[in-house]
Amino acid sequence: MSYFRAENLSLHFGGLKAVDSVSFAVEKSEILSIIGPNGAGKSSIFNLISRIYPPTSGKIFFEDQDITQQPSYDIAKLGIARTFQNIELFENASVLANLLVGRHRHSTTQLWQELLFLPSVRAGEKAHRRRVEQVIEFLDLEPYRDKLISGLPYGVRKVIELARALCSEPKLILLDEPSSGLNVEETDDMSFWIRDLRSDLGITVLMVEHDMTLVNRVSDRVIALNYGRVLAMGSPSEVQQHPDVVAAYLGA
Amino acid sequence: MLDFVQQLVSGIALGCVYGLIALGFVLVYKATEVVNFAQGDLMMLGGFFAFTFIGMMGLNYWLGFAGAVICMALFGMVAERVVVRPILGYPQFSIIMATIGLGYFLRSVAGMIWGTDDLKIETPFSQGVLRIGSLVLAYDKLSVIAATVILCALLYLFFNRTTLGTAMRASSENMLAAYYMGIPVKRVVSIVWAISAAVATAAGVLLAPITFIHSNVGLVLGLKAFPAAVLGGFGSIPGAVVGGVLIGVIESMAGFYLPQGWKDVAPYIVLLTVLLLKPEGLFGLHVRKKV
Amino acid sequence: MRFLFKTDYEDDIKLFPHSGYLYSYGLLIAVLLVAPYVLSSYLMSQLVFVCIYATVGVGLLILTGFTGQASLGHAAFLAIGAYTAAYLQQFNVPFPVYFLAAGLLTGIVGALVGFPALRLQGIYLVIATISFALIVEEIMARWESVTHGNEGMRVKTMQLLGTTVPRDGPTFYYLCLAVLVLTIVGTLNLLRSPTGRAFVAIRDSETAARSMGINVALYKVKSFAISAAITGFAGVLFAHKLSFISPEMFTLQLSIEFIIVILIGGTFSLHGAVLGAIFLVMIDPFLTYLKDDMPGIIAGVAATLGAGKERAGHIQDAVAAFASANGLKGAIYGVIIVLFVLFEPLGLYGRWLKIKLFFQLFPLYKRATFKRQKIYVKSERNR
Repeated sequence: MSYFRAENLSLHFGGLKAVDSVSFAVEKSEILSIIGPNGAGKSSIFNLISRIYPPTSGKIFFEDQDITQQPSYDIAKLGIARTFQNIELFENASVLANLLVGRHRHSTTQLWQELLFLPSVRAGEKAHRRRVEQVIEFLDLEPYRDKLISGLPYGVRKVIELARALCSEPKLILLDEPSSGLNVEETDDMSFWIRDLRSDLGITVLMVEHDMTLVNRVSDRVIALNYGRVLAMGSPSEVQQHPDVVAAYLGA
Repeated sequence: MLDFVQQLVSGIALGCVYGLIALGFVLVYKATEVVNFAQGDLMMLGGFFAFTFIGMMGLNYWLGFAGAVICMALFGMVAERVVVRPILGYPQFSIIMATIGLGYFLRSVAGMIWGTDDLKIETPFSQGVLRIGSLVLAYDKLSVIAATVILCALLYLFFNRTTLGTAMRASSENMLAAYYMGIPVKRVVSIVWAISAAVATAAGVLLAPITFIHSNVGLVLGLKAFPAAVLGGFGSIPGAVVGGVLIGVIESMAGFYLPQGWKDVAPYIVLLTVLLLKPEGLFGLHVRKKV
Repeated sequence: MRFLFKTDYEDDIKLFPHSGYLYSYGLLIAVLLVAPYVLSSYLMSQLVFVCIYATVGVGLLILTGFTGQASLGHAAFLAIGAYTAAYLQQFNVPFPVYFLAAGLLTGIVGALVGFPALRLQGIYLVIATISFALIVEEIMARWESVTHGNEGMRVKTMQLLGTTVPRDGPTFYYLCLAVLVLTIVGTLNLLRSPTGRAFVAIRDSETAARSMGINVALYKVKSFAISAAITGFAGVLFAHKLSFISPEMFTLQLSIEFIIVILIGGTFSLHGAVLGAIFLVMIDPFLTYLKDDMPGIIAGVAATLGAGKERAGHIQDAVAAFASANGLKGAIYGVIIVLFVLFEPLGLYGRWLKIKLFFQLFPLYKRATFKRQKIYVKSERNR
């Protein structure tokens, strides 16, 4: 069985079929990219996986467990983390606080213990902090540790979002357009990090991306979508030469 | 049965007043996303202006009515200029607090100028009644209903048919984009405040025969009109009036058929129930954030 | 300027970042402890109210400031705490028991309010909490077998550990101060733990909070419950301080006052809640002072500026008449709120930070440091 699997996933808004019976599978330690023109339903698939929308029909399996009906906050607890296309950080908190929120799924302390700040809470905080520091080092975020998000430039925020997802120690990470709004150098860094995610941390990556250079550089396989349907699936070069994909992009 | 119809009509009339104040809330909210907690106090002030013109200076009713409306429209613009414009775009919470402060101020100043007694305005409708069989309907109540229907229709046409109305809707969606499209956003906001103060004044004057005018009337009625606006789905003009009428009818029915004490809380219980079932109100749009 | 070199994760966790904090807060506590022996009984009484209002302010701050859920219904929570105390007292329940019971009951009611509030946002939440408070007010007035309706209830003098604690004695003040300090410490502990961070996460982005594994509904209910419970504790002290409670003490006006406390103080910091409470409670004696002494002072100034004796007398009368006009307090109140929102959106604590920075950076301080960017309204309806 596959590591992660979507079966006949559909999402309809009234008559609009944003996602139309899409099936695909992700193998463990694979980097799979989803491409497609604007409005093809790429982000909707992510929103279905992280249960922001309930699917109209279809099922989602992760590690052979049906997660279609899990509440949204449980998805993170299962080990699926995500980033957002337009950045959803906690604006009025420091970078450190943002990253520590990423550790939320690992916290075990009770409310009354926290009110008294018992030694167990203190120990937990230090352990969380240690993991956060590892991520900070991994993504070179040291200069920003105590800065407020609201004062940081876009490129840095994008990395912080990735860092926050990594802090939850996910098994599968969903990256929604990791390079959008980044300049060439930042995109380069991003591509190295994405490959390191797999090679160093053993994380499986599912990503939506428009930048074909980045897609070619990191992906093992690519899925092309249009109008909520799968056009083609396969290696990056196969998909890009597929006649339906060419037609979808060039409008022929 | 007769009692029921009698209660229904007075409930609708009261509800129309709520609806008119709620309209003021909705107008300002539609154009600027500001919730004006001083709306009821603008109504109170309008009532006092009308009292000054009609009751004290002895002007003709219609002339006094028009005078009060014009004065309050100007006052609305000034209030917007002084209190709201400097903080336009700040978090909702700040603006709500500013208008609460404005309300405090208006109430106290009105109390200092006009005293704390209940005042009454003589109107052409104060006396007469309409008899249909054994049903007796007072003109003052019917006049409120008629005026509400007319005002509503006018406002609806204004927002949906005129360029200025469209500009207002645009600036409420995205102020910066509206600027770029050449809409004079500041003037638009100012006009909206004028209109909403004028509508509030109309409510105040129409209300005068039913309830008396005193410095706290705005607070009391504002607390009923606000749920009305929310019930209707804040941001919908017909919703505000329907919400107002609903609240008015519920209140009047609860006052008549239920034990003492229910009259004041029944509207809120209904409101909470509606919000539980439909968090965006009866006519509100359910929009979710896109991620 | 002081530079902090952090060598341990502990440095980011501890409550006092450096020894200076320890000294200044120690000094503050010492001053507060000797206050009853220095201040007049009237000022002591006001200081007790400051403690109670500040406690409520901290409670409200958890909900509104940190979790981002507005509430205009906190007077109802205060009322529930106060009435629970007054009711249980009739059966000779000891103070510690009814104090905890009041907090517990208010916390449960808070959680119950939290559930329907889950789906509501912004103004819808504001009106829902107002509705709740009005309904509670009506219940207080009508449920006569328990609350004695509009007649109100007497609250007996507090009995603690076999001794009588009069409401104007120093022991009662120490108790209120202790409750405030414990509340603040508890809140600070919460804020440096996962729960506090979850609150802030919900405030800034519910979607992201959910995707990080935070059960948003659960934490919102928790926030409501904690905030309500703190207010309930304050309610018990409030009842004892007033020694008499009736429904018209817990109106919307009081809820608005609580909001003013955190707004004037600064909605982002616990310091703000305390400063706001000081401001709100002390404005009364200040206005009384204005009323009594200002006419004489202004007349004196006028006289020294060359106005004749008779003119000075006229001025004094005019000012006195104006100062004793009905409702002047409300007007001043209104003006203060508006001025704060317009010119000091960060509140008193924000002002304090600016003054502190001015001296730290002297002579390099620039006004523009705190200047806010021009903001344009973008619809919040799409949230």
